[in-house]
Amino acid sequence: MANLQSDFLGIKSPNPFWLASAPPTDKEYNVRRAFEAGWGGVVWKTLGSEGPPIVNVSGPRYGAIWGADRRLLGLNNIELITDRPLEVNLREIKAVKRDYPDRALVVSLMVPCEEQEWKTILPLIEETGADGVELNFGCPHGMAERGMGSAVGQVPDYVEMVTRWVKETTRMPCIVKLTPNIADITHPARAAKDGGADAVSLINTITSITGVDLDIMAPTPTIDGKGTHGGYCGPAVKPIAMNMVAQIARNPQTAGLPISGIGGVTTWRDAAEFMALGASNVQVCTAAMTYGFKIVQEMISGLSQWMDEKGYHSIDDFVGAAVPKVVDWQYLNLNHVTKARIDQDACIKCGRCYAACEDTSHQAISMSPERVFDVKDDECVACNLCVNVCPVEGCITMETLAVGAMDERTGVPVAAEHRDWTKHPNNPFANAAE
Amino acid sequence: MSQPNSAQGVCSSRLTSQDYAENFSDLHPPLDAHEALVAADRCYFCHDAPCITACPTDIDIPLFIRQIATGTPESAARTILSQNILGGMCARVCPTETLCEEACVREAAEGQPVDIGRLQRFATDTIMRSASHPFQRAAETGKTVAVIGAGPAGLSCAHRLAMHGHNVKIFDARPKAGGLNEFGIAAYKSTDDFAAKEVEWLLAIGGIDIETGKALGRDMSLSDLIDTYDAVFLGMGLAGVNALGLAGEEKDEVRDAVSFIADLRQSSDLSTLPVGRHVVVIGGGMTAVDAAVQSKLLGAQNVHLVYRRGRARMNASKYEQDLAASRGVNIITNAEPIAVHGNGAVREVEFSYTVEGPNGLERTEDTFRLPADQVLKAIGQTLEDTPDLVKTDGRKIEVGENGRTSHPAIWAGGDCASGGDDLTVTAVAEGRNAAEDIHRTLMG
Repeated sequence: MANLQSDFLGIKSPNPFWLASAPPTDKEYNVRRAFEAGWGGVVWKTLGSEGPPIVNVSGPRYGAIWGADRRLLGLNNIELITDRPLEVNLREIKAVKRDYPDRALVVSLMVPCEEQEWKTILPLIEETGADGVELNFGCPHGMAERGMGSAVGQVPDYVEMVTRWVKETTRMPCIVKLTPNIADITHPARAAKDGGADAVSLINTITSITGVDLDIMAPTPTIDGKGTHGGYCGPAVKPIAMNMVAQIARNPQTAGLPISGIGGVTTWRDAAEFMALGASNVQVCTAAMTYGFKIVQEMISGLSQWMDEKGYHSIDDFVGAAVPKVVDWQYLNLNHVTKARIDQDACIKCGRCYAACEDTSHQAISMSPERVFDVKDDECVACNLCVNVCPVEGCITMETLAVGAMDERTGVPVAAEHRDWTKHPNNPFANAAE
Repeated sequence: MSQPNSAQGVCSSRLTSQDYAENFSDLHPPLDAHEALVAADRCYFCHDAPCITACPTDIDIPLFIRQIATGTPESAARTILSQNILGGMCARVCPTETLCEEACVREAAEGQPVDIGRLQRFATDTIMRSASHPFQRAAETGKTVAVIGAGPAGLSCAHRLAMHGHNVKIFDARPKAGGLNEFGIAAYKSTDDFAAKEVEWLLAIGGIDIETGKALGRDMSLSDLIDTYDAVFLGMGLAGVNALGLAGEEKDEVRDAVSFIADLRQSSDLSTLPVGRHVVVIGGGMTAVDAAVQSKLLGAQNVHLVYRRGRARMNASKYEQDLAASRGVNIITNAEPIAVHGNGAVREVEFSYTVEGPNGLERTEDTFRLPADQVLKAIGQTLEDTPDLVKTDGRKIEVGENGRTSHPAIWAGGDCASGGDDLTVTAVAEGRNAAEDIHRTLMG
């Protein structure tokens, strides 16, 4: 039986599945339910400075994008940080941590960009017995207008400055949560590292408008006739998040910096993928908000089964395992040739591969009057679109041509040696061939 | 269901009013908006979709389902109705299990096709609930066309002609329009007086006048019509019914299934409709199944459907056969009636088992009798009076492409015309295609 025990910056949890700082972790009641359901840890919903709490809208706070059968694919929110008094949150955090010492409990923070503000709140957090802090430099709506959240995360100098204040003030592990609303994620990641952060977590939500009410001509969610951009999350953002995680994991200046992966993790497989790309653990929000806390049971059993099947004993055995294989485009082997192959027994004759290829790609699939679809190897560039649009999983696959086999499209046999763009004759800047 | 009244003979009020209502409610209840979205989500939007090919009226099924899925069922209805103006009725009565849904790739993928029939009903019901008719007439052409028969073929033809701006006069022998949609078809497939409502909705296009109680041959001749109108479309169906040709066939309570079903369809109170305790239905087509199932639903204790050939040869689909079995109808195959027994009214029908021999169907010496106080004959219909001026193939009016007959001003379609498969949807397609051809011919 695989060991799912996680040790992230010295913070131990029975599994690597944490709930992200968000509505599910806003109060004691929810967090206790989450721990009872089996979650390894939580990042408590972001606390602000002492004083009158912030005020949330009382109109709709979420918007969504759905796939077939109204499966929720993307969720957008305009909720701000906790709107409950600081002392109430602190009291509850302390009580929960006392009762669940084996679980991770990290507190998310967002206070104004002033040194004294940070130095005031940190001792209060320490006093609760929490395991660490996460600096919310990510929320793109509302708080950003007040100079916090993503307004900080988008300026690497601020990220570094605030991180340093925090590290100077507290012994607690410090995780910096990054906003994806930026051109190059490695810049704020590097800034966090330079400021002394123990880890980064990403991604926070992506600036978004999920819909427009075409009757009243206003964005949704609509509050008294007006809408604002929100933060987008859920399965739809997973590819964006994974790329950013991988960028940090493989950049020489940030490699080795622990990462907590966030962004659309819905199943054990999503978690395994984030972790293969360098995340030591994952944080989940939308999946829990869609299905409830129970989903963690599938995540635990699935990851455990897969690790057993692969012979991984602990999560460290595969964290970052895929990072060396994430490369720049220019290092992809241009001598590697694949062709689409259609399994005629599995084919249900919907013709979507044909429509996609004929209308929008390379006219490399033929269609007979009997609706038999075949790949024309002399036209197939191996774009994979047919695989992607086929509704039957595994019906169309890409077959690698063996070395020496003729590529009928180019008329050139498949070469044995690796030749990427850096060595390609068409590249005027190519290195001289060996 | 409570215990039916099991009195001998043919009598009414075998059931409670609640049982009648339950038995004759919608066979396939309509989808609500949520169910329609779930069902529509399953369509793969196939290229050159097999379901379209399987539809006799070539409805663009993937397009209309996508229109439902994207919240525009009214557009979906226009997609359907532009090909098949009786799309509402076809959604209810089409044997989709042997047409579009059989061809659906999800039938191949997981044995569960997209629910095309009910999605079509969802779309057409939606548009028919709104007040406006979705099609507009072209400018009047001044041409006139006579249509014989206000059934699916005639109505489809008339609507398309009216849309092109022609003036159409429909004559129908029965007291009401609708043809088999109104007088045939099992009641549980067309509830809530749908056939009449659909006719009324269809006529909203304008330019169509219907005269009922007027039969070709009896009240007018084809040559009169040709003199009066620019073109004639024959879609009068098959008014005659085949006889068994047996001794005792004239006994009381031996009747045509067609008229039994017509009485049932026109009844406003099913408890007044008499049905036998032991009913024997002879035949193997849809009419036989409709008559047998409805006899059972009216409270008959024993219903036997007897077909002279094997199951595979039955015209009723597998689905219809299963429906009959699930309603308690006993299906006996490879048996042919040889005598009707009884003193005044029928008491028994005698059958001989059959075998398929080298010279066709042959009776064996093996016979049996079934108790019967009512016998319903469903062994096929015929063209009652062969119209003059047009050639027949001996049974039906001979037609070529687009329903052209041997006479240049006369077209024909539906059950009275050769070819086809006696389906509502095929009749609609033939009426529509003939209308387009008439239009091209008249406008030169």
